[in-house]
Amino acid sequence: MEHLLEIRGLSIDLPRGRRQPPVKLVEGVDLNIDKKQNFGVVGESGCGKSITCSAIMGLLSYPLTVGEGSSIRFQKEAGDEVEITKLSPAELRKLRGKDISMIFQEPMTALDPMYTIEEQINETLRFHTSLSKAEMHQAALEMLQKVKIPRAEQILQDYPHHLSGGMLQRVMIAIALINNPRLLIADEPTTALDVTIQAQILDLMNELRESYDTSVIMITHDLGVIAETCEHVAVFYAGQVVEEASVEEIFHATAHPYTEGLLRSVTSLGGAKKELYTIKGMVPAAGNYGIGCRFADRCDRCMEICKTQAPALTEIAPGHKCRCWLHAGGAEKEAAV
Amino acid sequence: MRRLGQTIRDLWRDPMGRIGMVGILLLIVTAIFAPYVAPYGPEKMIAMPKTAPCAQYLFGTDNYGRDIFSRVLYGARVSLEVGIIAVGIGATAGYVLGLIAGYFEGWIDRIIMRIMDILFAFPSILLAILVSTVLGRGLVPTMVAIGIVNIPVFARTVRASVISAKGLEYVKNAESVGVKTVSILIRHISPNVVAPFTVQATLALSGAILTEASMSFLGLGIQPPDPSWGSMLSEARAFMEQAPWMAIFPALFIIVTILLFNILGDSLRDALDPKLKL
Amino acid sequence: MKNYVIRRILQLIPVLFGISVLIFAVMKMIPGDVISGILGIEATPELRAQLAAKYGLDRPYVVQYLDWIGGVLHGDFGESIRTSAPILPEILSRFKVTAELTILAAIISWIIAIPLGVLAAVKRNSWVDRFVRVFALLGVSVPGFALSILLILVLSLCFNYFSPLGYVGFFEDPLRNLEIMILPSLILGVSISGSVMRMTRSSVLEVLRQDFIKTVRAKGASERVAIFKHALRNAMIPIITLIGMQIGSLLGGAVIIEQIFSLPGLGQMTLTGINQRDYPVVQGCVLFIAFVYVMVNLITDILYAYIDPRISYD
Repeated sequence: MEHLLEIRGLSIDLPRGRRQPPVKLVEGVDLNIDKKQNFGVVGESGCGKSITCSAIMGLLSYPLTVGEGSSIRFQKEAGDEVEITKLSPAELRKLRGKDISMIFQEPMTALDPMYTIEEQINETLRFHTSLSKAEMHQAALEMLQKVKIPRAEQILQDYPHHLSGGMLQRVMIAIALINNPRLLIADEPTTALDVTIQAQILDLMNELRESYDTSVIMITHDLGVIAETCEHVAVFYAGQVVEEASVEEIFHATAHPYTEGLLRSVTSLGGAKKELYTIKGMVPAAGNYGIGCRFADRCDRCMEICKTQAPALTEIAPGHKCRCWLHAGGAEKEAAV
Repeated sequence: MRRLGQTIRDLWRDPMGRIGMVGILLLIVTAIFAPYVAPYGPEKMIAMPKTAPCAQYLFGTDNYGRDIFSRVLYGARVSLEVGIIAVGIGATAGYVLGLIAGYFEGWIDRIIMRIMDILFAFPSILLAILVSTVLGRGLVPTMVAIGIVNIPVFARTVRASVISAKGLEYVKNAESVGVKTVSILIRHISPNVVAPFTVQATLALSGAILTEASMSFLGLGIQPPDPSWGSMLSEARAFMEQAPWMAIFPALFIIVTILLFNILGDSLRDALDPKLKL
Repeated sequence: MKNYVIRRILQLIPVLFGISVLIFAVMKMIPGDVISGILGIEATPELRAQLAAKYGLDRPYVVQYLDWIGGVLHGDFGESIRTSAPILPEILSRFKVTAELTILAAIISWIIAIPLGVLAAVKRNSWVDRFVRVFALLGVSVPGFALSILLILVLSLCFNYFSPLGYVGFFEDPLRNLEIMILPSLILGVSISGSVMRMTRSSVLEVLRQDFIKTVRAKGASERVAIFKHALRNAMIPIITLIGMQIGSLLGGAVIIEQIFSLPGLGQMTLTGINQRDYPVVQGCVLFIAFVYVMVNLITDILYAYIDPRISYD
């Protein structure tokens, strides 16, 4: 297997009862994540980025399911590949917290208020290792120090409600990394934090990357975070990947009109702009997509073909894919018609 | 008004909501038209006592020879009347108290809530019994007693809604612009209170009917010869072997009525709560 | 923890005070002349004055209240007007009956309701869930006395089973005692279990939606660990609060059940007192029941604080 994680044709279904076909919240997603890569997934709320990553861990919440024909291949230790969609629940559990970890958006509610920090760190150690109590205590202490939590000994005995958001998120990172996973999925880890704390957490994550072998999928709607942490980016819109490229190309050689719109929406501090730019229109509701390109009715440069035929994700430059007729020879097709 | 139409449509879509609405509508119609539908007056001792159900006396007759079917129909009137007025009293008083306590907070909030705590400290039947010992037995005292029992629940519900509504942006805006307090209370806060209040009212109705039946059963509520399902059940106890139908039908009607209000209340709660979509 | 308990007890005192004032006031508001009730309308003024002095009815209300409350605090609830017997001892002995009924009913309701409620939440939309929702709805809608009567009817007509009459204390004859108590406690317990079941189900559902459950799963926990170790512990809090309020319904329901099954409990004593216009008895019983209810709520509050680390003790 070439990559650490290979997603092919992933779709995620929302059942609608016996008489109707399920709504596809995510459709036809292909992604490759490499070892030690920092991969950004960006898009608006509801575009499918979170559930795609939940699907990687087999953690889709009821009643969502992974659609037929989806494949998620993951490389565990050297040579050992698994097809995640076909794993049994027991095998998935062994994977979670050990080979693939996840941290979430709301640190304040991400930990069980009934148990101390130490008990919750020990929990993940107990699932995947057979350390003694003393060894676990030592490991937890070291991990907390690695995530720069002061007075770690004290914090271990505290309950979640005693800690601030920033501290809790550090604890979450500690829990996620303590078993040395190959892949860490970070679902909007800084969205709920203050800007200054946000910067601290991102710095921490960048530092930890040096010492750990872990690839990171950074899910966010904030292009600034992408710029600071990622090497490669996939842009999601309405349940599909619309552009995928390296960070430099996304920012400087933007291909898809939606990505362009996103970039223009970010207000620049030094600019003399008078109005906030917004992309006109609204994201279509899942299940109500038209037959053409899903971005067609909001696109400045929409062509006739965009409204009638859905473009495929094509490689427009080495390592740069885009789902748009503007780059997939749509203009020629138009002319030919 | 539009929300009312939307809510009714949502309720209709839910099969349980449909059952609740239709059932209660039937009940109300029965209660209103009882004098016309019932073949005999509820107090008329016209027939042989303890006759089994038959074509002439659908539910049989009781030990005094009264037609149980007619009595049950009239009993519906009584139950609904007591329920509606009692909940009306409790809801109105509770609404006002909750609104004041929640909006102004401070010492007035503490006093009101302390009194509510004291009332809450009594199991509801006990409180109703206590009040009725003062006011006496019969229709009006029962209504007032059950009404008083309901005040704390409504006060608490309304107060909670008001406090959360106060935090809403547009309310703070209205206040900062200087809109008069009464106006704020009516135009901005009240709409937020309506949903939990309505659900509470429906469930309170089922509770009120239950309490009335219990009190009448104990001899404290509606007095004979006025028909009340509870007192009918109590009278039936002595004749269970000879005339079981005296007990079966009132019991059935009590259960079904309370059930219908609970179903409606539940469906209403689901229909009005945005979080519960999915 | 000790400070918390002491603080909660202190907070109770005004509430208990308020309750006693309320009961006293209500008793004084009852129309009708107590003295005429005892002596009849033709009693001479001297006799009336005598009786009034005996019961302290000629003194100002505040004094009467203080007398009564003073007595209560010393364990003297006064005497019954009808029987002249001291009230408190009888309350205590009857309380044993009511307490047994209530406790048995509570245990039965927990055994039925909590496991089923958890099961219904965990296996959403399965047949268990649907059954539980229907059962709970019926439980809430069927009043105890209706259920009793219907059950008695069915048992006597179809199975020829009649619930034994008379009452025997548990410590005198455990088997006979249980035989007598089984039907009433079962009925009371089942009628309460409806709302506990619903509360358990919705509480567990609510907790399962929380973020920390996602975290626990992401760590690799099995569903069993997620539910028993995490979800339940968090869900117990609202359930415990509900159980505290349940006791109120249980006590109220007990009043009726005692009537139906002729059990010599506190509820029956209260009702008899009301019917016989024996006001000191009613005063004493209601005060006692309210006191028990408040105490039980205190215990559940303390339990709640013990389980939930978020509650601060100071």
